[in-house]
Amino acid sequence: MVLVATPSLSRNLSSVTQQPMWAAVWQRFRRDRTALFGVAVLTLIILGVLVGPMIYTVPTDLIDFSMASQPPSGQHPFGTNDLGQDQLARMLFGGRISLAVGVAAMLVAISLGSVIGAIAGFYGGLLDLLLMRFTDLFLALPQLPVLLLVLYLFREPVGAIAGAEAGTFLLVVLVIGILNWMSVARLVRASFLSLRERTFVRAVRAMGARPWRIMWLHLMPNALSPVIVAATLAIGTAILTESTLSFLGLGFPPDVPTWGRMLYDAQNYIETAPHMAIFPGLAIFLTVLSINYIGDGLRDALDPQTNIRVT
Amino acid sequence: MPQYLFKRILISVPTLLAISLVIFLILALAPGDPLAEIANNPSISETVRENIRRSYGLDQPIHIRYVKWLWALLHGDLGYSFNSRSPVIGLILQRLPTTLSVVGVAYGISILLAFPLGIISAIRRHSILDQSLTTVAFIGISLPPFFTGLLFIIVFSVQLGWFPFIYDSTLRVNDWASFIAQMRQSMMPITVLVLFQTAVLMRFIRSSMTEQLSQNYVRTAYAKGLPGLLVTIRHVLRNALIPVVTLIALDVPTVFTGALITEQVFRIPGMGALLIDSIFRNDTPVVLAITIVYALLVVVFNLVADMLYAVLDPRVQLR
Repeated sequence: MVLVATPSLSRNLSSVTQQPMWAAVWQRFRRDRTALFGVAVLTLIILGVLVGPMIYTVPTDLIDFSMASQPPSGQHPFGTNDLGQDQLARMLFGGRISLAVGVAAMLVAISLGSVIGAIAGFYGGLLDLLLMRFTDLFLALPQLPVLLLVLYLFREPVGAIAGAEAGTFLLVVLVIGILNWMSVARLVRASFLSLRERTFVRAVRAMGARPWRIMWLHLMPNALSPVIVAATLAIGTAILTESTLSFLGLGFPPDVPTWGRMLYDAQNYIETAPHMAIFPGLAIFLTVLSINYIGDGLRDALDPQTNIRVT
Repeated sequence: MPQYLFKRILISVPTLLAISLVIFLILALAPGDPLAEIANNPSISETVRENIRRSYGLDQPIHIRYVKWLWALLHGDLGYSFNSRSPVIGLILQRLPTTLSVVGVAYGISILLAFPLGIISAIRRHSILDQSLTTVAFIGISLPPFFTGLLFIIVFSVQLGWFPFIYDSTLRVNDWASFIAQMRQSMMPITVLVLFQTAVLMRFIRSSMTEQLSQNYVRTAYAKGLPGLLVTIRHVLRNALIPVVTLIALDVPTVFTGALITEQVFRIPGMGALLIDSIFRNDTPVVLAITIVYALLVVVFNLVADMLYAVLDPRVQLR
């Protein structure tokens, strides 16, 4: 640790030591067959919703009652819904929103959790105590009922300002994020508590680094592993939550075909048109399953016990 | 123990207060007038409207409204439903038994299934049995309950015609035939919940058991010649139970959330269905009351979890 004397030297050192670490992580991750399966399926789904609508150019909102509730056929690979709209086109378009909600809500949760956890762990004392009480309070809130309550009360007013679609997106992302940062805060706090006593932190502090610089450049990279795993799993949770809200009829408006919304619409036609439920349901299931497998694989690959750590 | 219990209950009082404040504030700060319908009605004059506002206490400042609301809440007075004009507490008590019976049965079955499966999986780690069990559990936690419910309806009601897919709440169990009918209609909703919950619990038990199995005391027990089953049950399981029991208690609120969705899929008239219906009918007092009831459940089960932890692990009391 005496080596870490000048900033430039420390930067060189970290660039040298970080490369083999990520290579080792990839080495371990590559051996996990289920995680690779997850990556493959998820890549396929992401490519599908990003590129799909450009190749498969059937309109999502073309109403044709003569083709209502048709089972899958050559013309409509995933069949049609009760209005005769093409289900595949709707799923490809709706998937964009489902995935976007997942990623955006994860970013909200991770940023909130990291900042709160970092401040609590770095400063300790009364601030830590207060922030952790605050975290406990959020953990004690009943998630789904509170989500429903907030959407019920704020959906229309926010929609009136930002537009129904953008308003719902904003609201859903923010509320899911705000209700899911607690585990990240605890993980970051725990890492920071043990890291801040290390010699290298004392060295940087002695060099006169400001608290934010220490947290961001020196502590955060070392606390990253559990956050990456939590972030991955948070995307899955957020997608599932959004689908649940839409399924209960409280998510996006009817003309925005998220996967959950499509299941909500399918409920009433379950006897005559089961394909309306099966395809969007499978899409949610496969997305969440592959994200969970990737998260699990990352957890094993990033396991600190077998990690090469230079700190 | 009594001292710990007392302290722990004292801690949950501020938590409950804080939660009630958060929920009240969400409601109070929400844009929009709860009396919007009356406001838009041209036949109601300005003075009548003011009188109605005053009768609901809406003319008072927010902190006074909170204290009044909380005080009423402590007396079990949850207000009146906008929609049915009956007391909210009555509506909830009417729905609660249905939800509790579905959740209770499902959770009981899940625990009975998850324990043997989790233990076997941990002991025979990396065997084919373990691999298939973990895979099934993984699929179980990734399957959204609303999709499982719809799949069950498609397969077992529509295709095979085994079970009815609308739950008949007027059914009274008074003879063998009605008992069978009750069993048949409860089968699918309970299975959906059991599938999800068993998967979650099995993963808890497996990881907790695995952690214990590599400890030195297990090797000692085997080394002194104890039979395998005895080591598993009396030594490993007992220690593995400590985190598991806590997790089971902490997980109970999730079951209620799962039940909320299942009730919606199978049209079971429970608490969750009441919540969703009230949201669509803009019945604010009922929505608020049910959210509070769910919050209460979370806090109570957190308390139970800590109590159980203290019973199982004597070291906790020394804190």
